[in-house]
Amino acid sequence: MKFINYLTSISGIGIFPLISLLIFFIFFVVLFWYVMRADKIHMNNLAAMPVNENQDNSKPISKQ
Amino acid sequence: MTNNQPIEKFSYDNNIVKWFAYATILWGIVGMTVGLWVALDLVWPQLNLGLDFTTFGRTRPLHTNAVIFAFVGNGIFMGVYYSLQRLCKTRMFSDKLSWIHFWGWQLIIVAAALTIPLGFTTGKEYAELEWPIDIAIAGIWVVFGWNMFGTILKRRERHLYVAIWFYIATFVTVAMLHIVNSFEIPVTLFKSYSWYAGVQDALVQWWYGHNAVAFFLTTPYLGIMYYFVPKVANRPVYSYRLSIIHFWALIFLYIWAGPHHLLYTSLPDWAQSLGVVFSVMLIAPSWGGMINGLLTLRGVWDKVREDVVLKFMVVAITAYGMATFEGPLLSLKSVNAIAHFTDWIVAHVHVGALGWNGFLTFGILYWIIPKMFRTELYSKRLANMHFWLGTLGILFYAIPMYWAGFAQSLMWKDFNDDGTLANKFLETVTEIMPMYALRGLGGLLYLVGVIMMTYNIIKTVKMGSFLANEEAEAPALAKTYAIHGKEHWHRWIERRPVQMLVLSLVMVLIGGIIEFVPTFLIQSNVPTIASVKPYTPLELEGRDIYIKEGCYTCHSQMVRPFRSETARYGEYSKAGEFVYDHPFQWGSKRTGPDLHRLGGKYNHSWHYNHMLDPTSMSPGSIMPEYPWLFERKVDLDITGKKIKAMITLGVPYPAGYENQAAADAMKQGQEIVDQLRKEKVQEVYPLAADDEIVALIAYLQRIGTDIKAKPQTAQK
Repeated sequence: MKFINYLTSISGIGIFPLISLLIFFIFFVVLFWYVMRADKIHMNNLAAMPVNENQDNSKPISKQ
Repeated sequence: MTNNQPIEKFSYDNNIVKWFAYATILWGIVGMTVGLWVALDLVWPQLNLGLDFTTFGRTRPLHTNAVIFAFVGNGIFMGVYYSLQRLCKTRMFSDKLSWIHFWGWQLIIVAAALTIPLGFTTGKEYAELEWPIDIAIAGIWVVFGWNMFGTILKRRERHLYVAIWFYIATFVTVAMLHIVNSFEIPVTLFKSYSWYAGVQDALVQWWYGHNAVAFFLTTPYLGIMYYFVPKVANRPVYSYRLSIIHFWALIFLYIWAGPHHLLYTSLPDWAQSLGVVFSVMLIAPSWGGMINGLLTLRGVWDKVREDVVLKFMVVAITAYGMATFEGPLLSLKSVNAIAHFTDWIVAHVHVGALGWNGFLTFGILYWIIPKMFRTELYSKRLANMHFWLGTLGILFYAIPMYWAGFAQSLMWKDFNDDGTLANKFLETVTEIMPMYALRGLGGLLYLVGVIMMTYNIIKTVKMGSFLANEEAEAPALAKTYAIHGKEHWHRWIERRPVQMLVLSLVMVLIGGIIEFVPTFLIQSNVPTIASVKPYTPLELEGRDIYIKEGCYTCHSQMVRPFRSETARYGEYSKAGEFVYDHPFQWGSKRTGPDLHRLGGKYNHSWHYNHMLDPTSMSPGSIMPEYPWLFERKVDLDITGKKIKAMITLGVPYPAGYENQAAADAMKQGQEIVDQLRKEKVQEVYPLAADDEIVALIAYLQRIGTDIKAKPQTAQK
C-alpha cells in the first residue's frame, strides 16, 4: 500500500494547508500584541526566575 | 512576597544529574575519538583496517550517532534534570522513571554502537538505527516525557519558565520526527525498508534530519542556555519578551527549513523555495536568542575574563550565532550550488557541534560538578587550558574545511577553454588532502581538551563530598489561582504545560503538513517515467549491500542540473527515477563522485577490481578496500521476503514473484559471473553467482540506467 492512499482517504485534506497558514498568521499577530503590551514588572520577575530560585512566585505578581 | 500555603520541605535529586553528566563525558570521549579516527581515514585510508566493522561507511555513522545522541543526548538530560527540578521547585516526579530513562538510554547507545559497525542500518542519515532500536527509543523517550510532565504537574511554581517551554517543544517534536521518519516495514529482526520512497523519502528524511538539528541540538540547549547563563552570571535574562518571541518563532519556522538540504535536487521546486524562504527568516529568531543570551551578560563582562564557565558559554553562544547566520546563507540557492556536497557543510555543522553543543556542555559540567560535590574546581588553570585548546581545535577544524569545500567546489566547476572539464574528480580530492590532515589536527586538539577536562573533573569529584539529595523548601502551590483583572491568553498558557505541549505540536505540524501533503498527493510533483522499472532481486540484494556498507556517506546519487555536473556525470536526475527506492540514497556529501549515472559506465571487471583495491583502478583513491564482499554470500533465503515487503510498499512486482525471486537472482548472478570470467578477472576467491560482490555489481550497473532506455537531452 502506497503512503498516498492514507492521505487521500482524509476527506477535505486540501483545506489543511490554508487552515494552517491562518493559524500561523493569527497566532503571531496576537503574540506580538501580547508581548508588546506585557506588564514590565511581571516580565522582569520572570526574567529573574533562575536567579531568584528561593523567591515565592506561586502567587500572581501584581502591579506595584 | 509571602504565601498563605504551608512551607514544604523536599530535596532535589542530584544523583541522576551526576550520572547523566558522567555519561555525557564518557560518550563524548568515545564519539569524538571515533570522529578523529574517521577524519584520519580520509588522510590514511589504511586506517580503515580492511575490516568491514571499521570501514568509513560504518564508522562515520557511528561517530555521528555517538556525538549527537550519546554525547549531546546525555548532555540534554543532565541539563534538564538539573534545571527542571529547580525551576519547578520540586524533585523529579519519579526516581524510578529517572533511572529507567538513564539506563534505557545507555542501553540504546550500546545497541547502536554494536549494530552500526555490524552493518545493520536503515541507510537514512542520523536515523540509521534499525526498527527494534527505533521502538526502544520511542519507549524511553516517552519515559522521559512522562517523568518531565509528572515533575511539571507537581511543581510549586505557578509560572513555567521559558526554558521549560523549550524542553516541552523538544519532547513533543522529537517524538513526532522520530515516529514519522521511522515508518519502516521489517523484513528480519535487523533489516527493514523505509515506508516512503525516492523524493518523498528524501523530503521526510530531511524534514527529520534538519529538525533533529533543530529540536535535539538546538531547542533543548537553548532551554539550558536560558537557565544556566543567568544562573552562572547571576543576572536575569536580558529580555523575557524577546524570549517569548524567540521560542514561538523558532519552533514554528524551523520545521519548514528541511528542504534546504535538497536544493537543485529532484524535489519539486515549490518545496525547495519554501525551504529557502523559511531558512532565511530563521535568522531572526536564532539571532534573537543569541542576542538574548549574550546581553544577559551585560554589566558582568569583567566576570567573563575571570570565570572559565562563562568563557565557555560566551564562545558557545557566539558559535550558535555564527552557525545560525551561516545556515540561512547556505540555504540561498546560489550559495548552496557551491557549498552542497562539499566540506563546507562539514565545517558548518562542526561549528555548531563543537562550539555550541560542546562548549555549552563543558561550561555546565565545570559549574555543576563542583556545585554538586560541594567543592571548588580542582584546577582552574587546566580548565582555562581546555578552553584555549578547544577554541584552537574548532578553528583548526573549521578553517581547513571551509578552504577544502570552497577549493573542491571551484575545481568541480572549472572548465577548460575548449569546454571540457578541467579536473578529474580524483584530482579535486588529492588537492584537499592537506586540509583533511589539518582538520585531523583540529579534532585532536579538541579531544585532548576534553580528556584534560575529564581529568580535572575526576580530581574535583575525589576532592569533594557529593550531595545526593539537596534540601530545599518552598510553599505549596495554591489550589485555586486568583486572577487579578483581565488576563491575556498567553499568560494563561504560560501556566499550563499540557496546553503548551498541544500548541507547540500544532506549530510544528503546520510546516510539515504544508510541505508533505502536496508532495504526497499531487501526481505532477513526481512525474512517472514509463521506462523506470523495479530492481531485479539480485539488484535489490546489491542495493542492500550498498546501504549496509554506508556507501551513501561518501557518494551521492543525485546529478544536479548544472553544466558542470551533467558534463561530469551525465543526464541530471529526475524525480520519477527514484519511485522504487526504499530508502532513497541521494547522499549529502561527495567525498567520492556521484554515482547516479554509474550504471554501464565501466565493465564488470572494473568494478570487481575497484572494490578489491580501489587504487588499482584509480591511483591515489582514498576509498577503502572491500575484500569481504568476495568471500561472503548473499542470503537468498530472505530475498523472497524482501520482494514481498516491496510489494506491500507498492512496488509493482508480479503477484507471487517472491517465490521466483531467489532463482532469478541466481540466474542473473551467473550471467555476471560468466561475463567477469570472459573479461578475465583474477579470481581472489572462486566466483559464485551468489557472491556479495556479484550482487553489488548487478546494482552498480543498474543505477540510473532506466532512462537511458529512451535517450533524453538536457536541453529543451
